[in-house]
Amino acid sequence: MAKIPRRGFLAGAGAASASAAALAASLTTKPAEAAAADAAPVETWLVLTAEEVAFFSATSDTMIPKDELSPSGSECGVPTFIDRQLASAFGAGARMYRAGPYHQGTPEQGYQLPLTPRDFFAAGVEATNAWSRKTYGKTFDRLAPEQRIQALKEMEEGKAKFQDFDAKLFFQRLLAITMEGFFSDPIYGGNRNKASWRMLGFPGLPATYADKLEQYRNKRYVAEPQSIADFS
Amino acid sequence: MATKLKEIDVAVVGMGWAGGIMARELTLAGLNVVGFERGPDRRPAEDFAMPGIRDELKYQQRLELMADNSIDTITFRNQSAQMALPIRRWGAFLPGEGVGGTGNHWGGAHWRNHPDDFRLRSYLQQRYGAKTIPDTMTIQDWPVSYDELEPFYDRFDKVCGVSGKAGNLKGRKIAGGNVFEGPRVNDYPNKPMPASEGGAVFGVAAKSLGYHPFPVPFSAASAPYKNIYGVAMGACQECGFCTRTACEASAKASSVTTIMPALRQEPKFELRTRTFVSKLLYDKTAKRVTGVLYTDLKTGQEYEQPANIVVLSAFVFSNTHMMLYSGIGEPYDHATGKGLVGKNYCYQFEAPAAAFFPNKELNPYMGSPGGGVVIDDFNNASFDHTGLGFFGGGYFAASSGGSPPMNGRSVPEGTPAWGSDWKRETVKWYYHSVHFNTQGSVYAHRDNYMDMDPTYRDALGRPLLRLTYNGTDNDHAMSRYMLTKLEGIIKAMGPARYEMRPRPKNFTIVPYQSTHNAGGTIMGSDPGNGVVNRYLQSWDAHNLFIMGASTFPQQHGYNPTGTLGALALWSADKIKNTYMKNPGPLVHA
Repeated sequence: MAKIPRRGFLAGAGAASASAAALAASLTTKPAEAAAADAAPVETWLVLTAEEVAFFSATSDTMIPKDELSPSGSECGVPTFIDRQLASAFGAGARMYRAGPYHQGTPEQGYQLPLTPRDFFAAGVEATNAWSRKTYGKTFDRLAPEQRIQALKEMEEGKAKFQDFDAKLFFQRLLAITMEGFFSDPIYGGNRNKASWRMLGFPGLPATYADKLEQYRNKRYVAEPQSIADFS
Repeated sequence: MATKLKEIDVAVVGMGWAGGIMARELTLAGLNVVGFERGPDRRPAEDFAMPGIRDELKYQQRLELMADNSIDTITFRNQSAQMALPIRRWGAFLPGEGVGGTGNHWGGAHWRNHPDDFRLRSYLQQRYGAKTIPDTMTIQDWPVSYDELEPFYDRFDKVCGVSGKAGNLKGRKIAGGNVFEGPRVNDYPNKPMPASEGGAVFGVAAKSLGYHPFPVPFSAASAPYKNIYGVAMGACQECGFCTRTACEASAKASSVTTIMPALRQEPKFELRTRTFVSKLLYDKTAKRVTGVLYTDLKTGQEYEQPANIVVLSAFVFSNTHMMLYSGIGEPYDHATGKGLVGKNYCYQFEAPAAAFFPNKELNPYMGSPGGGVVIDDFNNASFDHTGLGFFGGGYFAASSGGSPPMNGRSVPEGTPAWGSDWKRETVKWYYHSVHFNTQGSVYAHRDNYMDMDPTYRDALGRPLLRLTYNGTDNDHAMSRYMLTKLEGIIKAMGPARYEMRPRPKNFTIVPYQSTHNAGGTIMGSDPGNGVVNRYLQSWDAHNLFIMGASTFPQQHGYNPTGTLGALALWSADKIKNTYMKNPGPLVHA
């Protein structure tokens, strides 16, 4: 696929992703501003497919909707975070015991699949979209906002039955990596502009409070959040 | 074929807390010591430096400092009728790796056991009658007393620069300290850390109910400190990133911050990192070990390292596994109850609570674990158990602080986990929550044990260790009682809302609960009830000394590291003063 269809795919999906928003903005703004928007770096992906980008944009915007408290999940870079994590040693299953034989086990025995995080999320996106097509006639990213909420709730509560994948387990891990992307230090590609830290009132670094603990006892400490990059 | 090396005086297997202590004490006594460590070296100035150390994703989520499950893990099941399956990624507990071991990322709660804990079975029999102890409860007395260990508890305080307030100095009770503790010869080396606001409010409420609150003893220096090995420690910066992370200020005690700086200058010490000791070489006839077999992970080469003394100081699981795999001692047989290696596995039975105070500004990211305020009124020996139907107990702790955004967000039960309502509630409560914990004991049970797994293997082809564990009726009853008592104090604090979070019926390997594992190579007064004797010397090999919580006969209602360190110093003292002059069994069976 060429560059335009990918963007078109996202816009058509209604995903409130950064690139889709930029495209929409370019259609309604003056030529000079449009040129500036075009000059903004195009989002590039290490491992995620177009379908996965659309999916994670849609899920992160549903889990972290844009409101008065923060921009949306995709505006905060959650899909970028997921892409980089899945391309990292973590995504490839580093430091994970992966030898067989494989058994389902009890919930108390924890994760027992041979899949690396990268494969787990790929399989989960496929399974969710297959179920979404069957249930709603469309892939998840093309659902209306209310339908997305309903679909995620069904997965969360274990009501959604995927053909060959554990919908509830997938939901839990999707929620976990989405929240990691929202709250982690911006060096990993998420939490752009420290949006979640601003939302919470978390000051980030340097986090040396020995001189502030008493001064701010039962009094809110307010500081412009600073990240690892700000100290590097 | 392993290459045989020249004999050394001492091989230390595992360079965490106990390994560091033994290496320091035995080199001071004139022995040549080689420290084997499976993981990398950890040098605070490079590895724990700002700003990278303030990375919640790397340390708290991706578990940078923890043991590599792809090389070696354990299998787990709740009961022996089930098939055990491998822990593919750590969850409930987090054994560390690299020099410093689990001590790099602990929270620094530095406790002593109560004197009566050391004589647990005798104490319960005398107070409540022998018939009240269930047959399945395989608890036993420690073959060492509090009074014997006190000088070594004291010495370990001075290794770590512990900050706290004594409540019992030579029998004199001191208000504001722990009035239930055993007599201490000296106060803590450093003043307690300031209480977090949540802890302070808990203290006031607890006192109003007649309990005895005090600052949690914290293994970090509240002011710059020079320890007994001449190592300088910085003052705690209240950064809020303590647990699961290492300390950039070298204020939190670990072997890396309190011992290694001295050992690195010691010509009698050699550190061999990225070496995987796979087996202890055992001469059963001579009742001694001849050395260790190890693989150098940097070359793939296998070596036999003969040693005059072997110190086994890995984590609880690796210690037990090494004994089973090396064929030293009799493995515990669950069917018959016979055998000792792997017996009396005990976890720590923690149960938490949370309370919400909309009118308080608690700056949740500030502060160290040392800001906790605790009471010890409900530990084993602190209260009467008559008619309660359980034994044991634990301390209660309360704190606000140390809550970074990924792991420290607390919202009331019933709050959605995502979406706009989730966001609103998260923001609403982030500055206003206090967290609590009950540090419950685990009393050994015949059904909870470790043995060799029949199916799964590690990277070197050895069978994995298999853990069989579930919470017992006794420990569940204890934990419910603890939460009831804690709830009374929380109510007195006047929160807008609160919730008690009881433990699930079955122990589960996810999510994180506590890294306090114990047992497997327990201490006993004779070869019939212990893998090691009172000096941590193997009953089956007189030149083998086993360190750490694997030697605890059961888990008490306190964090294990304080006792672990004191025991290592006590053992080292006996090796220096007796064993080196006359090698042989230090206790005669």
